Amino acid sequence: MKKKITATVLSQKEIAPRIFDMWIATDLASSAKAGQFIGVYPKDRSTLLPRPISICQVSDKKDALRIVYRIAGQGTAEFSSYQEGDSVEILGTLGNGFPTEAAEGKKVFLMGGGIGIPPMLELARELPASTEKQIIVGYRDDQLFLKEDLEKNGTVYIATEDGSVGTKGNVMNAIEENHLQADVIFACGPMPMLRAIKKYAEEKKIKAYISLEEHMACGVGACLGCVVKTKEVDHHSHVHNARICTDGPVFDAEEVEI
Amino acid sequence: MNTQTTIAGVTFKNPVMTASGTFGSGMEYEEFVDLNRLGAVVTKGVANVPWPGNPTPRVAEVYGGMLNAIGLQNPGIDVFMKRDIPFLKKYDTKIIVNVCGKSVEDYVDVVERLGDEPAVSMLEINVSCPNVKEGAIAFGQKADALYNITSELKKHAKQPIIMKLSPNVTDITEMAKAAEAAGADALSLINTITGMKIDIHRRKFAIANKTGGMSGPAIKPIAVRMVYQVAQAVQIPIIGMGGIATAEDAIEFILAGASAVSVGAMNFVDPYTTVKVVEGIEDYMRTYHVENLTDLIGAVE
Repeated sequence: MKKKITATVLSQKEIAPRIFDMWIATDLASSAKAGQFIGVYPKDRSTLLPRPISICQVSDKKDALRIVYRIAGQGTAEFSSYQEGDSVEILGTLGNGFPTEAAEGKKVFLMGGGIGIPPMLELARELPASTEKQIIVGYRDDQLFLKEDLEKNGTVYIATEDGSVGTKGNVMNAIEENHLQADVIFACGPMPMLRAIKKYAEEKKIKAYISLEEHMACGVGACLGCVVKTKEVDHHSHVHNARICTDGPVFDAEEVEI
Repeated sequence: MNTQTTIAGVTFKNPVMTASGTFGSGMEYEEFVDLNRLGAVVTKGVANVPWPGNPTPRVAEVYGGMLNAIGLQNPGIDVFMKRDIPFLKKYDTKIIVNVCGKSVEDYVDVVERLGDEPAVSMLEINVSCPNVKEGAIAFGQKADALYNITSELKKHAKQPIIMKLSPNVTDITEMAKAAEAAGADALSLINTITGMKIDIHRRKFAIANKTGGMSGPAIKPIAVRMVYQVAQAVQIPIIGMGGIATAEDAIEFILAGASAVSVGAMNFVDPYTTVKVVEGIEDYMRTYHVENLTDLIGAVE
């Protein structure tokens, strides 16, 4: 059940320059899963639309959500000023989430690039015990946010654009340098990274589930703002377009044209 | 207290509707609001065949509102009749279907198909979408073109027709008069105002279509002014919209001359807006001892 609620900030801290880590107390956590997102509304009414932010972690008691986000504009700048006890307006939970059952007994890549890294944490936590988890994350530099959390949930491989830590380059370079292999890929990150992963999965003939983003208005599938081109005619739209907010954000890479 | 309002012989339980394109056919909002509480659901525009719409980005935020250039993506009338109409029939609310097309024949096709469906109370004719290149607004920016399509559709429509007017004209009252003269049963206004936003960091248009239609609270004073002007110029009823966020906003439109109102972009900001507006209008009527909602229509002094 989706709803818009006023929740309470439990904690907030800056974990890398302009990257913030916020825990929010909310019963929306009870049904939240990896790959889903929430809409966060600025209180400044000159900025009206909810900001889609992925779920980084669901608390063990399922009573709080963690989001890790980068300041990208006025809305996220406002969120970064919230402190413990402040209220925050959220809409959730939105989107389909990652198909964790596809990882049963498999060797997987969890690939995150930049601000696409946070959903990989909750995914690593939710994947079945039978899954071999190789977490491959790409950063700009040595500001390795969420690294310790990820290390508790799988084997972590790091790529940095400036070469300061791990493989110099991106997540694809890290796969190559470490001679890694997988049966299934889960990924979230910038479009060039997702395109490279789609191509890699096609070559290796393995499944890749990629989380997409697009500018959104409603977040619930009504406005048709956030569509992605699909290979086949979509069941809902009856054209070659699927809604990222409701049919996604996670898609089988084969089914979308990016 | 009587909140009913009547437009072209159709009586609505209250004057609150959904602006086309902001509410789908209600399916995405039934989790949030009881659709039985609404005066009507006005559907997303539907054409005779599926339309893919525009490339992304299709939406952008602007100060106090947003731009959109969805491009009337829709599944076509066949799917719509099989899926959306049966869904809406489950609810005790009126159904108004927004009709779009690229040619007069396209519109006629859809209007005739809907004529076989008695559950559809009215048709809203979209001659004002600024985001598609053919049809649509081409019929809504010249008085003679609007007159011609209105009179043609009146020959084929079984339900009363509402012509949805564009604010992107020099004098909206000329358009309103042309529609009325051609036999339109009602008018709805305003559609979005054409706008533009540029991302200065990337030096690119924020919307792939370059221009988009602006909606949201920032456009409300323009919409109220146009509703008032049109109400002075024609006799047919008006459905007013443009940035309605609260019951107070809705009442402004009604006092300016609207017989009903639609909530648009604010559905995206607060999915409960429609029902809050219904309840707020009732509160206003109680506070000011207004017996009939119709007493408020055009009552500005």
